[in-house]
Amino acid sequence: MERIYLDNNATTIVDPAVRDAMDPFYCHMYGNPNSLHSYGIEVRPYLHQAMEQLYAGIGARDEDDIIINSCATEGNNTVILGFYFTLLKDTRKKHIVTTQLEHPCIRESCRFLEQHGVKVTYLAPNRDGMISAQMVKEAITDQTALVSVMWANNETGLIQPIKEISEICKERGVYLHTDAVQAIGKVKVDLTDVHVDYLTFSAHKFHGPKGIGGLYIRNGVSLPPLLHGGEQMGGRRAGTVDVAGMVAIGKAMELANQHLAYQNTEVRRLRDKLEDALLKIDDILVVGKRELRTPNTVYVSIRGVEGEALIWDLNQNGIAASTGSACASESLEASPILTAIGADKELAHTGVRLSLSRFTTEQEIDFTIYTINKAVSRLRKLSTSY
Amino acid sequence: MAKSDLIGGELWEQYSKKVADRMNNPLNFGELTEAEAKELGGKLVIANEGAESCGDTVRLFWIVDPKTHIIKKATFKSFGCGTAIAATDMMAEMCIGKTVDEAAKINNLDVEHALRDEEDVAAVPPQKMHCSVMAYEVIKRATSIYRNVDISTLEEADIVCECARVSLQTVEDAIRINDLTTVEEISDYTKAGAFCKSCIQPGGHEKREHYLVDILARVRGEIDRERNPDKALTTDFEKLSVVKQIKAIEAVLDEHIRPALARDGGGIELEDVQPGEDGIVNVHIQYQGSCKGCAGSVAGTLTFVEETLKKNLSEKIRGVVV
Repeated sequence: MERIYLDNNATTIVDPAVRDAMDPFYCHMYGNPNSLHSYGIEVRPYLHQAMEQLYAGIGARDEDDIIINSCATEGNNTVILGFYFTLLKDTRKKHIVTTQLEHPCIRESCRFLEQHGVKVTYLAPNRDGMISAQMVKEAITDQTALVSVMWANNETGLIQPIKEISEICKERGVYLHTDAVQAIGKVKVDLTDVHVDYLTFSAHKFHGPKGIGGLYIRNGVSLPPLLHGGEQMGGRRAGTVDVAGMVAIGKAMELANQHLAYQNTEVRRLRDKLEDALLKIDDILVVGKRELRTPNTVYVSIRGVEGEALIWDLNQNGIAASTGSACASESLEASPILTAIGADKELAHTGVRLSLSRFTTEQEIDFTIYTINKAVSRLRKLSTSY
Repeated sequence: MAKSDLIGGELWEQYSKKVADRMNNPLNFGELTEAEAKELGGKLVIANEGAESCGDTVRLFWIVDPKTHIIKKATFKSFGCGTAIAATDMMAEMCIGKTVDEAAKINNLDVEHALRDEEDVAAVPPQKMHCSVMAYEVIKRATSIYRNVDISTLEEADIVCECARVSLQTVEDAIRINDLTTVEEISDYTKAGAFCKSCIQPGGHEKREHYLVDILARVRGEIDRERNPDKALTTDFEKLSVVKQIKAIEAVLDEHIRPALARDGGGIELEDVQPGEDGIVNVHIQYQGSCKGCAGSVAGTLTFVEETLKKNLSEKIRGVVV
């Protein structure tokens, strides 16, 4: 069966150009970049090139740092836990402001710090699924050390007002971290325009490989390493650099930015086509205003159709999508975003996310529209509530 | 944790083929009507269980022969995931041809067993067991409707988890039938505690009459006593509420410690119970009678008291003389 991949907010296919760029570092250029000999010498220029691509990709200045690490989860843990040691532990700054929308790696890191006396505010999104700068402003106190708000949400694709939030943080002298994992390659992430202190991303969300990520640290901002014991990354992240991975993330970043226009025209057009077709189904709800979302994401709630049952049916037809609702994962909790936007309690377990990429084709979208309609009508026939 | 737990994420590949087949093509779905019941000369029973806000609901339809009480026809409708649909489909099928009394004895494990491809391989992963619990509960409900027993007194007198509407009886049954040992397992099997989590332990956003940690400790205690009548207390002492800890400590003081001290004209009173770090439970005691002021009581007697409490209740107990 031909398969259709519409779960690109979970992970993406590695772009063939990225794969080609990685290949030599597994075959003949396998040196350790810390070595003095020719094997080390020959790989270092490629790492410098990757750095150039990454710095250009997010608009970092030369005096800033971009630490190559394993993923955004590592980067997010480095920031949150690092803050405990630089500020929260020994000063009167004891407070972090974050949101209920964050990835578990932020939420659980914050929970961990709560056990060590740190106070954390988890902002609830408004009925549009958004965190406003005003909410952040009101949550900041004299004790606040750090604000952490994601750039774009994984479930809904909603783009949070990071620029406005950054202005509030700058004004109040509070550090700002943003998890940009869902933003890179979908919207312009340009730090010459937005003042953030820490920014995290993962290559596999923008057609790079899994297991490689980046952490941007603004010049002059301190942060202890999470991994100690080596001079790699200027001592900020010990461990032999994944050379192929680093080359790959550089290349993937460059390609992601080259395709931004395509994302905002063609991918957006396909997403809108899918969304418009779904909206023709009775009793269907799309979360978040279209113009506030990343161009590749649509999160729908279909009354009477349980989320996991729908993605089961889609999977039977070769279509990969995902659900944030109850039965999907090992956790039984309902999607918080549907609660936040004030949807009926009955809809809490109906959320399904479809996320496209620049590799998605029109044919695939047409087949998906047909299949979802078929699945919805089957499941509604079975359903107690429809 | 062990080798098999480290990757995780498995869910659908753990479903049996029967579960997948019944999800794709349920055999017994649909509604039954009064007209059909009349035609078959039976009584129509419609039972609802679950709530969509909790993730699944099931509606069971029976046509029951009023003379023989045999279920002539059974169908269902379901809002739920694949396992919920498959389990409900199997459950409806299992009802057919049985009397209401026989059907009422079908439990979630029977349904799960019937869905297995191989005798010793579970049909669904543990976190999906709650889907078959729902199938089992709807039979109970249908039975009570058929027998015209007031459901509110039967089912909802003691609701432990409001979100999932799980009764005390259901939690106790789930622990006993499935030999559950953790709160997480209770949540997997019954959904109790899986939502707002208020009913897991005191301190949630809502105050509850029953907490899963207490129910678990009590039922495990009962199970242990039944299995091993000599050993009275092997439940997780640290997880008990302070009141229950005090009662347990008093019981050990009365049974093992006070009689020994009394032989030397001494006594002991429990002053306080304080949680310490890393799950340590500090038991504050005060000596009475000849023990009071006796130099030996600081070292020797305290060791005796502490060791006796540890042996009977928990290794985490530390004795503190006030």
